[in-house]
Amino acid sequence: MTTAREEVLARIRAAGAARPVEVPPAPEPSPQPAPETVDLFAENVADYRAVVERLAESAVPQRISSALGQYGVTSVVVPDGLPSGWLTDAALRVLADERLTAYDLDAIDAVVTQAAVGIAETGTIVLDHTAGQGRRALSLVPDVHLCVIRADQVVGDVPAAVRQLRPAVETGRPLTWISGPSATSDIELNRVEGVHGPRHLHVLIVGDEA
Amino acid sequence: MSARHTGPVAATTPTFIGMPKFPALAREALGNTQQRRNLAFATQTIRGKRAAVVGEVGDWEALRLNGAAVKDEVLAHLDDYLIQLEDKLTAAGTTVHWARDAAEANRIVVELVRGKGVDEVVKVKSMATQEIELNEALEEAGIAAWETDLAELIVQLGNDRPSHILVPAIHRGRAEIRDIFRTRMAAAGRPAPETMTDEPAQLAEAARLHLREKFLRAKVGISGANFAIADTGTLVVLESEGNGRMCLTLPETLISVVGIEKVLPTWEDLGTFLQLLPRSSTGERMNPYTSIWTGPADGDGPQETHVVLVDNGRTHVLADPVGRQALRCIRCSACLNVCPVYERAGGHAYGSVYPGPIGAVLTPQLRGIDNPIDASLPYASSLCGACFEVCPVRIDIPRLLVNLRTQVVDAHRGRPSAEGLAMKSAAWMFAEPGRWASMQKGITASSKLLRGKRTLQHLPWPGSVWTDARNAPVPPRETFRQWWQRTHGESR
Ligand code: SF4
Repeated sequence: MTTAREEVLARIRAAGAARPVEVPPAPEPSPQPAPETVDLFAENVADYRAVVERLAESAVPQRISSALGQYGVTSVVVPDGLPSGWLTDAALRVLADERLTAYDLDAIDAVVTQAAVGIAETGTIVLDHTAGQGRRALSLVPDVHLCVIRADQVVGDVPAAVRQLRPAVETGRPLTWISGPSATSDIELNRVEGVHGPRHLHVLIVGDEA
Repeated sequence: MSARHTGPVAATTPTFIGMPKFPALAREALGNTQQRRNLAFATQTIRGKRAAVVGEVGDWEALRLNGAAVKDEVLAHLDDYLIQLEDKLTAAGTTVHWARDAAEANRIVVELVRGKGVDEVVKVKSMATQEIELNEALEEAGIAAWETDLAELIVQLGNDRPSHILVPAIHRGRAEIRDIFRTRMAAAGRPAPETMTDEPAQLAEAARLHLREKFLRAKVGISGANFAIADTGTLVVLESEGNGRMCLTLPETLISVVGIEKVLPTWEDLGTFLQLLPRSSTGERMNPYTSIWTGPADGDGPQETHVVLVDNGRTHVLADPVGRQALRCIRCSACLNVCPVYERAGGHAYGSVYPGPIGAVLTPQLRGIDNPIDASLPYASSLCGACFEVCPVRIDIPRLLVNLRTQVVDAHRGRPSAEGLAMKSAAWMFAEPGRWASMQKGITASSKLLRGKRTLQHLPWPGSVWTDARNAPVPPRETFRQWWQRTHGESR
């Protein structure tokens, strides 16, 4: 008996589709980012109705606390590897990710993460879920996602980001590309922010105070 | 059919068998004013958004050329790429299954779910699972399949069928959606809040609450994939709401049903397709969420991952030298939004899960042309060419339609039925755009005499052969071509 695998492959070979194909190159990725790249990134992230702030490294702890306050957050989960000292607000319940279940995460208001790459042309943040970014559920279940990204992590366009991310993919890292808060336009094409993912995306760009 | 058509076709599933032909369904839809208004508004809005974000890209045409050629390269060596994909998936810890057709794919999935001892799964919107009617198969096995995309939820609770690839509930207005949620949610789980109005934000909130409990307890998730990368063994899913991330992340087991044409050769190819797809599809620079995974990740998400590679008629399409380019399709739905026939007839008229221009070429190729509805689909077009111009992978849909019409006529040869004659005449009419245009112009001019009537009883020859077999809708005062030129002339 032939297996489905053998049969499908045999059908493909019998289809007579084999031929040389010349693939014209894709447009080149944008060259090394210019200073405007970060401006464009900030602009495009904000365009998705995410909140964007630019600040110096030293201002991060204070800004995290004021941002979380804005959303009335009382509990926050922090991934392994997030710089200690970022969450200093004594009024906040800060939880480490110690085998939290999905139900536990559902009871937590917010998450603070870092990021792997930012893409200027599309206003996208990419997480590769290494240190400081947490496993995928962390940045998904709580309703507020506060993401801290360094200006030097921002690249110009999608192909540049894809190239840079190959090593992460080759080592089996999952990636999450985030462009604004969760949204739907399924009801009469009205855009509604926040269906299942975080309803609030708040981005802090660190390292140049433009 | 020629001897080259080696792969068998997919079955026309019971849902669509016995369904009237496209013209009959379209006539019905034309009478539904609410649907037509929703559709016209939707397609117009998305068209505008798409045009704006496509215009931002420096060299869109270079991206299209690259995207089309990359897909052609995959189709030319599909066996090699699938074997490479299988190797890489397996190396990453994913179990790979192969399915010749829908029934086999469904059997595999049902068995995997049964093996987990659960009676429910959460699903992220996937055309492939709709095509194989996986939900029905699961239901028969006593497994509840919860659709989690807001539009799919509306469709599922409303006991309805999707009408658009991207916004499947586009035919429903907010008041209808509120009624569906009020009356149906309770039977499926958490009821809609008492105080819910028909505000979109409140309806979305009701869906969030209703589905959250399902996500949190789900043990098995089912997805499709927009892309499967051969050289890394990576799957990619694009979405907006976060329901996809929930299904791909929270369950312990993840089963992904993937059409064999979804392969991309290399990871870097995503650089092109992650530009082409969101901009063509939702008209955004990027969709809110894209999930990318390469087998199970340590301590993160499902620890057991499966991929079911499905043929179901695709090798049949591959065997047609002209028709095979339909397999480049990345299901963006841009062709639906520019199609004057789709805008008027609506998605249900196409009698398959693939509506619009792409459905008119893909469905008859996947399922063959033995069924009347499938044989009539290649005629559901005025061949205006707008679909080709927006297609991010440059599928020449008008050419494919003409090719299919010829096949329909050939299949009817020797059977001198009215239907056969009608098809033949139609094929002649459509084979040369000039003929159709001049005949249409003739009809448009004479439509002044027909004001007030819903259908035309007799077209001038050669249309008469067709209209004698069925009533043709009254032609618009201007032809699709004239209309298109008038409304879109400047932007071309
Ligand atoms: S045929 Fe082209 S435009 Fe239509 S859905 Fe497929 S990729 Fe998009």
